[in-house]
This record gives sequence, structure tokens and C-alpha cells, in this order.
Amino acid sequence: MGYPHPSHPKENVVLSKHFGDPEARSYAGWVKHGGYQALRKAVGMTREAIVEEVKVSGLRGRGGAGFPTGLKWSYMPKQALRPHYLVCNADESEPGTFKDREIMRWTPHALIEGCAIAAYAIGAERCYIYIRGEFTEPWKVMSAAVEEALANGALGDNVFGSGKRIEMMLHRGAGAYICGEETAMMNSIEGRRGNPRIKPPFPAVAGLFGMPTTINNVETLAAVPHILNRGAAWYKSLCLGNPKSTGTKLVSVCGHVQRPGNYEVTMGTPMRDILYDMCGGPPAGRKFKAVIPGGSSVPIMTIQEAEEALFDYEGVVEKGSMLGSAGMIVMDDSTDMVYQIWRLARFYAHESCAQCTQCREGTAWTTKVLERILAGKGKQEDFQLLLDLSKNMTGTTICVLSDSCAAPVVSGIQKFRSEFEAYIAGSREPVLAAV
Amino acid sequence: MADELVNVTIDGMQITVPKGMPIIEAAKQAGVLVPHYCYHPSLPSPAVCRMCLVEVEKAPKLMPACVTAVVEGQVVHVNSASAKQAREGVLELLLINHPLDCPICDQAGECELQNYVFQEGRAGTRYKEYAKRYNPVEDFGPDVLYVPNRCILCTRCVRFMEDVADTPVLNVSERGDRAYIGIAEQQRLDHPWAGNVVDLCPVGSLLSKDFLHKARAWDLDKTASVCPGCTQGCNINLDTRDDVVVRIRPRPNLEVNRHFMCDYGRMNYRWMNRGDRVEAPLVKDGARHVATDWDTALDRLEQAVRGVSGSAVILASARASTESLGLVRRMLDRFQVTAAVQVPLGDEAPLAGIPGLALRRERTPNLAGAELLGYGVHWEAAMREVPSAGLVIVLDADLGPEDEAALAAAPGIVVVLATVMPEARNAELILPVTNMAEENGTYVNRDRRIQRYQQAKAQPGMARPAWWVAGEVLAGPGPDPSAPSTAAEAFALLGERWPLFAGITHDDLGYTGRVLGEVPAGAGGAR
Repeated sequence: MGYPHPSHPKENVVLSKHFGDPEARSYAGWVKHGGYQALRKAVGMTREAIVEEVKVSGLRGRGGAGFPTGLKWSYMPKQALRPHYLVCNADESEPGTFKDREIMRWTPHALIEGCAIAAYAIGAERCYIYIRGEFTEPWKVMSAAVEEALANGALGDNVFGSGKRIEMMLHRGAGAYICGEETAMMNSIEGRRGNPRIKPPFPAVAGLFGMPTTINNVETLAAVPHILNRGAAWYKSLCLGNPKSTGTKLVSVCGHVQRPGNYEVTMGTPMRDILYDMCGGPPAGRKFKAVIPGGSSVPIMTIQEAEEALFDYEGVVEKGSMLGSAGMIVMDDSTDMVYQIWRLARFYAHESCAQCTQCREGTAWTTKVLERILAGKGKQEDFQLLLDLSKNMTGTTICVLSDSCAAPVVSGIQKFRSEFEAYIAGSREPVLAAV
Repeated sequence: MADELVNVTIDGMQITVPKGMPIIEAAKQAGVLVPHYCYHPSLPSPAVCRMCLVEVEKAPKLMPACVTAVVEGQVVHVNSASAKQAREGVLELLLINHPLDCPICDQAGECELQNYVFQEGRAGTRYKEYAKRYNPVEDFGPDVLYVPNRCILCTRCVRFMEDVADTPVLNVSERGDRAYIGIAEQQRLDHPWAGNVVDLCPVGSLLSKDFLHKARAWDLDKTASVCPGCTQGCNINLDTRDDVVVRIRPRPNLEVNRHFMCDYGRMNYRWMNRGDRVEAPLVKDGARHVATDWDTALDRLEQAVRGVSGSAVILASARASTESLGLVRRMLDRFQVTAAVQVPLGDEAPLAGIPGLALRRERTPNLAGAELLGYGVHWEAAMREVPSAGLVIVLDADLGPEDEAALAAAPGIVVVLATVMPEARNAELILPVTNMAEENGTYVNRDRRIQRYQQAKAQPGMARPAWWVAGEVLAGPGPDPSAPSTAAEAFALLGERWPLFAGITHDDLGYTGRVLGEVPAGAGGAR
């Protein structure tokens, strides 16, 4: 299948195999496609065996940090002396990322099955799926699917007659970017203001409602049934680059490409293939200039860096950025980089939760300085000021929101300094009114 | 384990502290103050101000000292270049929206932003050409104003109301640099302990209306004292300016009140400044009283104490010191004495988050002390003894019209030791005494913790502490070196008569007091 365009031959469709197929949304349809085999198998296994299988598969967190999933699960207490919780992070609000949305829209049961397996593996009887507030359709689809799964015994007090109990709660967010940060998400579910918490304690020790908790991304959990069905060795073999990055990855491509959309590639696929073959290259008559490979929070890559990079966790880091959520924002030569960086900074300034000083004041100040440059009032000192602010905002706060604001600014100044210079020198027409 | 000790090195100083202690507290023990805003020892730590970032060897990045626990062998650098640079960065950011209105801000002089910027901030700002954030002043409650422009969002006030007062009316509203402290709709900051948010605020954002523009912090003298408001005995500082008490603030005592005090106690100081005071000893001369000197007055008092027979009654103020209560009682040892102390009553108001801390019903600071010294609490019973008493001593008690009428009709000799002019038409003597702000003394709180308070302002005219009056009489006529000349000496005399006080000196009590031993049976005296 494929949505909104047919699968490209260079793709490796595992998770996205049924995108665009309305039949896959229903319980019966999903079972017809081989669904819930993995969960039936899982409830017959021990917790430890599932965790081990996922560890061996090499699956890493798809939300952005790339932390090994099996290892994360193994941090949960062996004995569930207190309630354990699984939280599925479906608050996909990273600019440029829209892969989880499609998973929930088209294959809700893949996520439910993955959640149920993970919940069992970590000793949790309850799973919360925290869905981004703006995701109206995915929420409707997921709600119906959870009802159906419950009615068919895939969830509830006695999962497929195994005696295991797994409840699933859908929780809708209210539109805050920061609630996608795992500890802020837990606060939000608890009914508190969505502020990130200081770590330690880590969620596996004291998470949701103070209980041991694991938080996984939608795409991570949706991959779990495939690992159980086809084996860890198979999953591990899906690797074209660094052996530490295995499996397939959904890439959300937006911006200046011929065919934007979601693509599923084997880890280690050259970025060049994604940009030119799958997405069809830049619009007619234009040339690529820059790529933000992993959602807006990672350093910007020049097109030269992007063309040389292999698309996996290590390959992108090697070229000076991060894989992140694999929300790829592509910019061609018509793009005003200063404007784009300002637009990103403004987003972070708007979404800062206001806890940490560096983030609350730093993101806003950064935005103002960029605004001034765009208004033609920039000064040479502004470079040092922006870099100082960015340094001050990196690695000094509770969560990484301020680091995320600093990343595009620092990389932007490093790689596209001449565009800033043009505004400051007055050789480029101001695009914003003076502040 | 809480008792396990670890060795850490902080700025080159090696210290041994309990495992798990936050670095910020361990640093205090090493004599290093880590600059901080959101951290407070009596509140949970959210680590949001990021001011206390310190360099910990082997840690990948700077660590917040308020929530990072010490571990064996840790080496911490509070004043390394990277830590200082981070703090300078935080200060620069805190100042970009902070109005530089220190000249009209009540907090100036005791402002942590001012202090740390002066200590290690940048001399100038790079935040030029932009308007600062502006929000109007808000009226939060009976005594609290919120000036959002000065707020650095440390959230101490929010956490106090939520975690300590258990009344979460304050919150952080909005996000990013638009954030401010909000108050829940239809709510007021009128909790009986709400005034603590003003003390907790490290800047001039939460202000006391009572203290608003009253004095500059650097003009204030601070005197360690004990709250005279109730039997809790919260430790306080009396802040005076030019001999006038202008403010009461809590003084930390982890055993009694931690860092807090209630609003009732906080506002209970105006009587200390009353101007209508008795300033000279007054003796009865026919139908009127005339001023005299202390020698004459003391002679008259001695005649009464030694010459009169029968029973005696002592009617004592709720705020009398242990020394005064004790020596006045001893002065009358040859009498059959009925002694009572006034106990005004009010509503109890606990502070939910601190077990054992409350504004108590009994609004007297020395009830336990009075009881140990043989005073009862049955005022009416004592008043019933007045018609048959040969001598009645009123120790600055607050007398109502009925009491005044009973004293006017008393057949015996009435002596009034008074701060403010009493009615006392037929009193033989009216002797000027100091109030608790004008003397040194001790109070015994409900847990039998005996605590010192110190003189905060000069006494008016010829007023003396009541213990001095009684001590002079006890020593007999003429100059006598055995008469106590200080509260400490007066206190030493208590031990001779009441063993519970024996072996303790004022110096032993320090600034936080100590708990008296168990009272032997029968030492409580007549009620």
C-alpha cells in the first residue's frame, strides 16, 4: 500500500505496510493481516524472555533520543510490588514529524498490540496512551480500536484467556509541545501543569503517580509485535549502516521536495536516496540547500553533509546532527535561513514551560535578537551574543527544550553566516518591521 | 542509610557529611554558600532557577547543587570558571526583565538578586533596545501584594502554599517569558500563614502591605526574640528602626518553627510601640498619684511586702517573662499566694506541612513557664481571693472593667506593675515596667522549650523590668550587690527555688533554647 503515495522500491515497509488501507483499522481486518499473533505469543512467554528478545533485536527509542528499548524495560523492578505503568508517548509535536499520526490513523491495532506486549513485559497492568490534543482523527480511530480490542479480549482482565490483565487509557493532551517530554507528560496525565521533572528519580523508579513507569514512543511500540513475530535476529539484520542502529525507521519528509510524506527505510539507508529517489529531489529549477534531519530540535545540516550521511543514529551524528525523530525538514536555495531559524526560535520561546531561567528568558531573547537582525537592525556583536546565549542554554536546564532552541541557532550561524551578515550589512532587504 | 557518612571535597575543603545530603547543604558546612533562588531548606526543591549549578568532577555537565546528593569521594567546585560563567549567565537572564527600581523597592538591601548580581554578575546589560515585560501589580491577599515585574519565578511562594500550607491558591500562569505567578480564580491569599510568602520571596515581588515603604532594610536593627503571640514560641527577629518595632520576621529554628511564623504573630507588634506609657514610679498621695523616684517607691513596696499579713494575690500578664514571674512569686514567699496568669484564647491555626507547628489557642507565650512557677490559669478563682487578700500585685495584667472594680474595692494593698497607665484608682503604687521588646528574658513554650528573647528597643523613662523590682525587694533595703542587675542573674535566682531551672544559664540557651527536664511531681505549685 502506501500513503499518500505508493511505496518506493527503496523503502522497506514494515510498519507502514498497511498505511492507506481502511480495512487494517478494524480488529477483524488487522487479525486478517496477521495481527495479535505476537500478543498471543507474548502472554505465553515470561516477562524476561520478551525483554531479552527486544534487547537482542537492537530496537532503539524512536521518539528522538534513541535509547535501547530493551535496556529501558530492564530497568523496571523485577517484582511489581507497586503498580507499574506504561505510557505511550503519542504527543507527536516535534515540528516536521508526522509518523506516529499515520501509525495511529491507519494501524491503531499495531500500536495497541505493541503497548499490550510492552505493558506485560514491564509488569504493568495499565497503559496510558497520551495523544496529542490536535490529533482528532487519530484519537477517534484509536478510541474505536481500543473498544474493539477490549471487546475481543485483546485487552481487559483476561487477555486472550491468559489471566493477564492489561487496561488501556487514552489521554488527550491540550496542545503543549513540552508535554511530549516524558516527565512533563507524566505531570500532565496526573492533572498537573506539564512541567518537566528533575531527574533523578528516573521514571523507572518513581514515574507516573510516583510508581515505576516506562515511557515509549508510538513507533517504538508498534515495532515490537514484528520483533516477536519474526524474531530478534530478523530485526537486527535490517541494517545497512552502523550495527548499533537496526530495524526500519519511518521518515517524515516535508519542505522543498517533490513528494513529501512518510517513508520507511532500513536503518543506514543513504540520505541521498531518501532525498532524491523517494522524495523526487527539489522542486523544478531549484537546488537543495539545507536539511534538518530529526525534527526541529537538532542541528541544521548543509546539503553536502546530508548527501554524504547514512540515515541511522550514528551516521547522522557523524555529519554533525542527530537522527532525532526523523522528521526531515528540507530547504532549497529559495530559503531564507535567518528567517527559518527565527521561526524555530519563536516556536521554542512560545513553548518554553517557564521553569528554568535559561530557557524562559533565553529562548525569548534569542528570538528578539533574530527578529532585530531580520529587521535590518542587527549588529556584529549579535553573533557573539547569540552564541553566548546558546552556550548558556545548552546542558544547563532540566529538559532539552532550550538546547533544542540553541541547536539551530549555533549550527545556522556556523553554516550560513553569510546570510546573517547580509542582513546586518544592509545588503539584504529587511523582512520584519523594526522592533 | 541516613546515618551513613561520606567524605566530599568542596572548593578544596574536605568534609564529612551524611550520605544523600544535597551538595548545597554540604557546601554550607564547608563554609561555601552556593548562590541559589528556588532552593529553600523548608520547601521541596524543583531545581528551576539553575543558579546553583556547580561543577562536579566526573559529571558530564554542571549539576544543580540543590538536588544533587553527595556521594563518597565527590569533588565539587562551586567557584570554578565554568560554574561562575553559568551563574553569570543566569543572572544576566534574570535581569533582562527585572526593573532596576531598587531605590523604591522594599527588598533592596536584603534582595538576593541584588546581592548575587553585585557579587558576580555582569556590570552592564546586553539586553538593549527592548521593552521589559510589564504586568500590573496585583492584590493577592490581606497583607500580600504581587509585583510581577520583579518576579524571577523561583516558585517558592507556589510551593509554600501547595506543599507547606496545603492550600494551593498560587500557580505559575502562562508560559515562556510571559509567565507570572497567578492566583486561583475567586481565591485570596488569606491563609493564616500566607505572610511567609513575603519572607520566602528572594526579590521584591511579594511585598507586605503592612511594611510597604515603611523603612529601608539597611536602616533596620534586628534583634533575636521569641514571638509573644501564643504558646508555640516561634523564634523571631524584631526589626526596629530608631527604637520603633516596624516588622516581625521569623528566625529559623528547626525544632520549633523551621523558617515560618503565622500572620497573627507577624502583625502582633503595635502594642510594643505604644506611647501612653507609665514612665515614673507613682505613689498614692490621697486621692491622686504622684511621681517619685525608685528608692522611695521600692521602700513603699518593701514595707507592704514585709508589713502586711495574710494572703496575697498575683495577677500576671500573659506576656510576663519567666524571670519576672519567678521573682515576683518569690518576693511573696511568706504569704499564702494565689497566682494566676492571663490566657487569652483564639482559634487554632495549624500549618499543615509542618507537624507540631500551629498558631495555638492559648495566646500567651509563657503559659508553661507560668505553670512551672506556680501560677494557675483560673483568673476568676484568683479574682475571688482579692477581697480577702492583704496584698494584691498586678503584673502588667490587662484588666477589664469588672476586674478594675474589684481591685478598687479591695481592702488590701494593691500594687500595679504597669507598662501602660492602668485605671487602678486605689493602687498604693504604680510602678513602670518594660514590655518584652524592651527587656531580656525567657519564655517557656508548650513543649517546655525555654527560649531567650533580647532587648530590641530602649525602655521609656524610668521603666525597669519587673524582675528588677522584685529582685531589689528580695535583696532588702539599701544597696545590695546580691540584687540581680541582669536578666541572666535574675534567671539564676529561679533555680534556688524551682529545681527544674537549676543548673541552666542564659548562655546555655543560645539562640534556639532548650527543653527543660521533666518536672518532679508536686513542683507545679498551687493552682
